[in-house]
Amino acid sequence: MYDAWKILLGLIIFLAFATFPFYSNMGKAVAKPDPKLDTPVIQQMKVKQCVESKEFMRAEHMQLLNNWRDAALRRGERLYKGSDGRITEISFQNQCLRCHSNKKKFCDECHSYADVKPYCWDCHIAPKEAKNEH
Amino acid sequence: MSISRRDFLKLAGISSLGIGFSATDLLWENRAEAIDYMSSPKGLTAKRWAMVVDLRKFKTEEDYSRVIDICHHIHNVPDFGNLKDEVKWIWTDTFEHVFPFQKNEYLPEGVQEKKAVLFCNHCDNPPCVRVCPTQATFKRKDGIVAQDYHRCIGCRFCMAACPFGSRSFNWRDPRPFIKRLNPEFPTRTKGVVEKCNFCVERLAKGLKPACVEVSNGGLIFGDLSDPESEVRKILSKHYSLRRKAELGTRPSVFYIIGGDEDA
Repeated sequence: MYDAWKILLGLIIFLAFATFPFYSNMGKAVAKPDPKLDTPVIQQMKVKQCVESKEFMRAEHMQLLNNWRDAALRRGERLYKGSDGRITEISFQNQCLRCHSNKKKFCDECHSYADVKPYCWDCHIAPKEAKNEH
Repeated sequence: MSISRRDFLKLAGISSLGIGFSATDLLWENRAEAIDYMSSPKGLTAKRWAMVVDLRKFKTEEDYSRVIDICHHIHNVPDFGNLKDEVKWIWTDTFEHVFPFQKNEYLPEGVQEKKAVLFCNHCDNPPCVRVCPTQATFKRKDGIVAQDYHRCIGCRFCMAACPFGSRSFNWRDPRPFIKRLNPEFPTRTKGVVEKCNFCVERLAKGLKPACVEVSNGGLIFGDLSDPESEVRKILSKHYSLRRKAELGTRPSVFYIIGGDEDA
């Protein structure tokens, strides 16, 4: 092999860089996301239940929001009948965020952890959060 | 083991049929899901929403600004303070500019100087919808030309297609330029086109457009397909104009000019 030492040195440098994120974070546990549901509106609810079950919302909320958007905006159907038969008005800003008024501790908590950057907030106005909260 | 050309084609034919059938199955699944959504029974419905602008009722500056201000406030329309970046849902212009082919020197004095109230014409044959490459702008079943800002890619074909200048582009982030934010309505973002939406969000709640409510009878809103509606009654009694009707876009906004009190 010609220039073996150059190639090996290059390989070592490459591996050092490529594996840097792994060994630099080794042994350090990143805090698990811990979304909070303790907003004033939710605390006053007798039955603390979103439009669908917790498990469904956790896994499918992005799909549900897309469907809600298309139903309300494109088809003009602004009422949603959940699987338990309850009817909710479709509005992200006026319905979802009425209960989930804690964007930082509800939305951003997991989105930051998963490094997803949904563009909801480019247009939709985030609820005002009290300064002393959290 | 080999397969003859004839047998291979037979097999391929049968398998493609199978694929076709499994696809129809998917269609059925989607249809079942749509039962979960419905329109509000409170909402106002029509086959074709239309507006009549009775310019005789617009006398002072305040008559115009009242209508514009309420719309721009509730829809979070920004004010950049310069014409180049201007974003507008309702605006005004001179008679000569609004009805270029109707102008002549001998028109009654009040008409020459009269400003017209302008908004999206919600055309029955909207050119903006035809050119939109993403179907971000579309015509609803009730005739309203709506805009889905989620889909808008900011190509501005619709602005080039609209003969009325009803569409504005957000060259900059509009948020900092909104004087009083209405927390119940979204803002827009940099890079999307926006325009009047005939207050679809209010119609869904059973309310007439905000501008109509504050216009003191200057703006009349109703269903053009219903002969008993207020707009049809007014149009059958008064001579009205539409902007650039010769272009064939069939605007749904009608203007009653009237130089005199009872013209």
